[in-house]
Amino acid sequence: MIRRAITIAGAAALVTALLAPAPSSAQTRMTAWGEPDISGYFTQSQTVPLQRPEELGEQEFYTPEEAAERAARRMAPPEGPPERNRGTNSDVHYDFDQFGLSGFQNEVATNLRTSIIVDPPNGRMPALLDAARERADARREARRGREFDGPENRSLTERCIVWSSTLPPILPGGYNSNMQIFQSPGYVVIQAEMGDPRIIPTNGEAHAAGDLQQYNGVSVGRWEGESLVVETTNFHEATAWRNSGPNMKVTERLTRIDDDTVEYRFTVEDPETWAAAWSGVYPLARIDGPIYEYDCHEGNYGIANILAGQRAEERRQAENGQ
Amino acid sequence: MRHTRFSFLIAAVSAVVALLAHVPEAPGQGFRTEIPRMPDGAPDISGVWQALNNAHWNVEPHVADYPVVLELGAQFAIPPGQGVVEGGEIPYLPEARAQRDENFANRLGNDPEAKCYRAGVPRSTYMPYPFQIFQNTGNVYVIYQFAAAIRNIHVGGVREAPIDTWMGWSNGNWEGDTFVVDVTGVNGVTWLDRAGNFTSNQARIQERYTLIGPNHMEYEATITDPTIYSRPWTIRMPLYRRIEDDFQFLEFKCVAFSEEILYGHLRKPPED
Repeated sequence: MIRRAITIAGAAALVTALLAPAPSSAQTRMTAWGEPDISGYFTQSQTVPLQRPEELGEQEFYTPEEAAERAARRMAPPEGPPERNRGTNSDVHYDFDQFGLSGFQNEVATNLRTSIIVDPPNGRMPALLDAARERADARREARRGREFDGPENRSLTERCIVWSSTLPPILPGGYNSNMQIFQSPGYVVIQAEMGDPRIIPTNGEAHAAGDLQQYNGVSVGRWEGESLVVETTNFHEATAWRNSGPNMKVTERLTRIDDDTVEYRFTVEDPETWAAAWSGVYPLARIDGPIYEYDCHEGNYGIANILAGQRAEERRQAENGQ
Repeated sequence: MRHTRFSFLIAAVSAVVALLAHVPEAPGQGFRTEIPRMPDGAPDISGVWQALNNAHWNVEPHVADYPVVLELGAQFAIPPGQGVVEGGEIPYLPEARAQRDENFANRLGNDPEAKCYRAGVPRSTYMPYPFQIFQNTGNVYVIYQFAAAIRNIHVGGVREAPIDTWMGWSNGNWEGDTFVVDVTGVNGVTWLDRAGNFTSNQARIQERYTLIGPNHMEYEATITDPTIYSRPWTIRMPLYRRIEDDFQFLEFKCVAFSEEILYGHLRKPPED
């Protein structure tokens, strides 16, 4: 089933809304206990990339015509069967189309921006510091030659421990880029479909757990006018989201724009990883629920087959005297 | 005269302030002195709750027993339990009881909990770990610490499960001050405890949550599954509010801890 993207007319209005100051209280939907209502089911899927194509420089927006053309290309089903390159992953991977996981098969929010990142002004992530490169090199070195020895040498994604697109800042992923926001007095729960539910207390008080690290970090929220501001720290050093370190701090800001849209704005700060803080913004578009249970670990045949395949290859090599 | 009017004014203002201030307390923040209610009058069952019994070992009555791995000693021995099943025993049909006994004999390798699989309903309620209920004037949302399992309880919902899942599909309704949840679409792979008690994917479960005090809730679950039980049967237990003012729901991502059980046989053998 092919779904439509939000029309460009709506997208232009959306960009205007994203540029405009926060809506007034008179227009904002409120919960029964008097907070701005940002709850619902949403998709993060975008036609806009995280980083701006370099050739665009500081051009922040496409014209409506350019954006329409990009959206049409993004939403067009492929003309033929997917290319199968023998001996590569794509040769053996299941066909995403069969399961409705391909990009053109899902709801997507489109807007006129050229990138999700808006700061630095070139729309691209700041340079990685040497300290971060060294940490990444050390991790790679520790596994060299042992990448398939056991499950702990595989990635957190392959092990179904963490999908990085579901960590704060939540970004569009390859598929299942959906989320649920559930609001109740004193708490907002944000659950990206392939991730854990994040419990965010909204009283602005820091947690008692001190230095305890968590894969999803530790989040504290507070209301600022119409926006929920969430600060997350205490990331587990194994997470290393985009080569970050355990002292990364992510600030998210969620603001309802209209009945169908919540603006998701974020800032990433990690002086041990990037030369500067960087920020982005994109719209969350309302979708019909439910979000289905994502049982990655319960159905993880992938990692068993990867390890079994490597053991079979080693046996084959041993038998051939290699 | 002036003094009396002033006192009356203060009393009136205090009354108004008290009315306006009747916003539900943020849950999970300590001991409650009265049964909380939502703005629409429904009991507020939100907060962090935990069972305090040994039903997670075995929902039927049982004496203390050896740990499943002897080398773990008394620390991991099975504590006794008076059981939470109304009437004592689960009314299995004969073939199902045989399956339960086989589950028990093979529990070391086969208990889905050891594999960090979601514990399902109702087992998740009485795992020895906290869970948090979030309630707004519409729906209810529950997060269980073990494996971060989630349940969306659709209040007023009538839809049957679109698909079988580990945590099932839940429709909730208020019957007076009791929150009644009808669960369908369970996958029949979860167990009911560490002793191999189980349901099939034909099970229909009705839970009843009733606040019996500001910090205590009575929990009942009735399981109907004519493919494996001779009649519906019920478990019942109190749930206790976690009253620490600074309680924090910590991550319990157990996948890494289950990998030896699941993939240990696929490790690279040590070099000779």
